[in-house]
Amino acid sequence: MTMEAATATLTAGNDRPVHSAPQGPIKIQARDVNVYYGDKHAIKHLDVDIPQHSVMAFIGPSGCGKSTFLRCINRMNDTIPICRVTGKIEIDRRDIYDPSLDVVQLRAHIGMVFQKPNPFPKSIYDNVAYGPKIHGLARTKSEIDAIVESSLRKAGLWEEVKDRLAESGTGLSGGQQQRLCIARAIAVSPDVILMDEPCSALDPIATAKVEELIDELKSNYTIIIVTHSMQQAARVSQRTAFFHLGTLVEEGPTDVIFSTPKDKRTNDYITGRFG
Amino acid sequence: MTDMSFQGPAPAVARQATESADIFKKRIQQRYRAETRFKWYGIIAISFSIAFIALLFVSIFATGLPAFTQHFLVMDVPLKAESIDPSGKRELKELASADYFGVAGEALRDKFPEVTNRRDRTRLVQLLSNGAADPLRAKVLGEPGSIGSTAKLGLPLSANADIYFKGGVTGIDKIAGRGVLTPSGTTGDISLTSSSNEFSSRLVVIKRDIAERARQLRREADRIESSGATAAQVQQLREEARVLQGRFDAVSGAEALDDRMPSMLVAVNGGIIKLTRIDNATATGEVLRPLSSASEARPGSWEVLTLTTPESNRKVTDKEVVWLEALKSQGQIERRFNWGFFTAGDSREPELAGIRGAITGSFLMLIVTLALCVPIGVMAAIYLEEFAPKNWITDIIEVNINNLAAVPSIVFGLLGLAVFLNFFNMPRSAPFVGGLVMALLVLPTIIIAARAAIKAVPPSIREGALGVGASHQQAVFHHVLPLAMPGIMTGTIIGMAHALGETAPLLMIGMIAFIVDVPTSFTDAATVLPVQIYLWSDLPELAFKAKTAAAIIVLLVFLFVMNGMAIYLRKRFERRW
Ligand SMILES: Nc1ncnc2c1ncn2[C@@H]1O[C@H](COP(=O)(O)OP(=O)(O)OP(=O)(O)O)[C@@H](O)[C@H]1O
Ligand SMILES: [Mg+2]
Repeated sequence: MTMEAATATLTAGNDRPVHSAPQGPIKIQARDVNVYYGDKHAIKHLDVDIPQHSVMAFIGPSGCGKSTFLRCINRMNDTIPICRVTGKIEIDRRDIYDPSLDVVQLRAHIGMVFQKPNPFPKSIYDNVAYGPKIHGLARTKSEIDAIVESSLRKAGLWEEVKDRLAESGTGLSGGQQQRLCIARAIAVSPDVILMDEPCSALDPIATAKVEELIDELKSNYTIIIVTHSMQQAARVSQRTAFFHLGTLVEEGPTDVIFSTPKDKRTNDYITGRFG
Repeated sequence: MTDMSFQGPAPAVARQATESADIFKKRIQQRYRAETRFKWYGIIAISFSIAFIALLFVSIFATGLPAFTQHFLVMDVPLKAESIDPSGKRELKELASADYFGVAGEALRDKFPEVTNRRDRTRLVQLLSNGAADPLRAKVLGEPGSIGSTAKLGLPLSANADIYFKGGVTGIDKIAGRGVLTPSGTTGDISLTSSSNEFSSRLVVIKRDIAERARQLRREADRIESSGATAAQVQQLREEARVLQGRFDAVSGAEALDDRMPSMLVAVNGGIIKLTRIDNATATGEVLRPLSSASEARPGSWEVLTLTTPESNRKVTDKEVVWLEALKSQGQIERRFNWGFFTAGDSREPELAGIRGAITGSFLMLIVTLALCVPIGVMAAIYLEEFAPKNWITDIIEVNINNLAAVPSIVFGLLGLAVFLNFFNMPRSAPFVGGLVMALLVLPTIIIAARAAIKAVPPSIREGALGVGASHQQAVFHHVLPLAMPGIMTGTIIGMAHALGETAPLLMIGMIAFIVDVPTSFTDAATVLPVQIYLWSDLPELAFKAKTAAAIIVLLVFLFVMNGMAIYLRKRFERRW
């Protein structure tokens, strides 16, 4: 990979419209990432820089590879046997596909929230406490209690569930479940949170709560959110990337992408011409 | 179609519209009819299966339930010191080996002083089960001080006597006497004279039978005549037929009763006479129980008993019936729950045979099976489902596991015989080996069930665990396995129920022997419940029929409980994600 990748780093992205580069330190840097499912080329020559402590939105028509790329960032694609990733993804300048890197350790630093809320069929408390327990982040019961409370508070769920922590997490409403999943993700104090359409199963009020939460979280975490809602992307994100057929067509500050997109495909998409 | 109707002229459109509406209606009706038909097919099929199951249950319970009770003779038994402890030393060893059956038999014989004939005395004693010695021995050994006194004990009756009381030997019709009956004596062979035609209805039946025999003889004579027998032979048959016909034609005239006809007994003056020869109003017979006097008996004070099954067709003779009825009328026969059925091992005596040995054998075998199957099966399932690379080797393994689940069970028996017995020289008939064979048999089932259960855990749970940084193994053991556990348990229980009911492979490894002792270890010779059923079903004694059905009931109860547990687990832990 190395030689190829090195040259690709110089050339890739040249045919992409150029927007102002992100300010501040870069948290995640992807260079010439290709993903294949068997013979299917799902992500093609992707380059992107994701700044720290900000929200980056991925938009694009269905099947364009947003989830695929998101799952590359915490190597969740490893669980799919036919999936193959080439190129380079660095987090804090460290190559996450480096064979010497422990993938479990990596995932502990990258929280993930899925499209469908998937709390464990255990108590609310155990849902949040599970991560800290397996990573040994807390030794005593009171330490774990503290983590559970602060995570639920950060996820804006504490007031609603503080009296029923022993009840099953699956008994919550959809919006509450999704916030529980966010609490579960932040309980292991990650640097990055990946969200794959976190609000697609939620009503507008629950969505608003989650969006508020994202807004609060961005001061401490680097957040990447996949969404099909242009308004949501506009509301919560600082930068937006538009994917189409496996390529990253255009990436830049959210207000610029939505007001003056440079690529025709982006324009068509955000004006609702296709997708 | 829409294109056409848009472009066609207006009337055509209308026509087409109504046409298509008609077709549409017709199609809906057709669909309704098809659905109704299908529903009825289902209802019929289910009714059939329910009917068959009901039939099965009724027949099994009808035959099997009587075996759960047993008749006992409750009697005062004198524990005579001279027969129990002749040396007088009260040594336990000597006491234990005394002839208690003899003591019991003597007590019974004393109740029937009129029975003097040697053969009859033996028959009388044989109304008691060989197990009648056990309560006596228990009493004496538990309480040696009771020797010399009289103990009131319940002694089990023999299988035949037991069946008699359960109504399985013969029906008894009782008809009160209509005339005044005069017996000629009180013991021995006596004659009875009634003032009314008490016996004529039976005599008619007997005579009709004679006529039928005469007809048969004549037909036989005709047949052998046409097929060229000697004249003398034909003549002889004809002569016999003529004599029989003569007996039929004479309206009166005494006829003998034989043991191929229903027996007739007369109960009069406290005694019982077995009729050997009857006429319309008179009869002769043998006294089975002495009469208190030879005085005349008023109408209604005596009765004629007809034992509907001929004596030659039953295991309990007329004499024995009389003895048993005498004991019963004295209130000495008790029907009790047959605990022995659950506490005794197998026996050649049907009334002593129990299923404790078989149940223990099954239990020991299932423990071995369970101990092997669950860890191996679950680990194999987890490995194959979660960790194994998907390649042609695992494909072959998967196909073969599915194939193994369909291999006839006898093949596993042969395998067990060849490998465990012949190669590893393990003991024959041992529950341990049975358990090994059963483990082979149910392992595929458990692996398949466990894999299905693991596969049914939604991937989102796994991803959630991986997402918070659990390792693959942690995700499996903390999240997937607990959720799959009810499914795995269900599969395991069903596999165990399968093993419990399986017979064929055990025949191969010698678990079919007649074993009296209840096994106490995994290597003792043992048999299992279904094999016990198979063994009993083969035995000729009538009493074993009931035992067979009763053992089937016990097996079914176990299977029901196990399957019920599986269903309960499934319902209880059913989750929606
Ligand atoms: N497990 C898989 N195996 C094979 N192909 C896959 C797999 N997952 C995704 N793909 C393919 O990769 C392409 C990108 O899929 P991806 O899920 O990343 O799309 P997406 O942009 O997230 O779409 P959506 O908005 O509908 O979620 C699709 O064409 C899809 O068919
Ligand atoms: Mg997606």
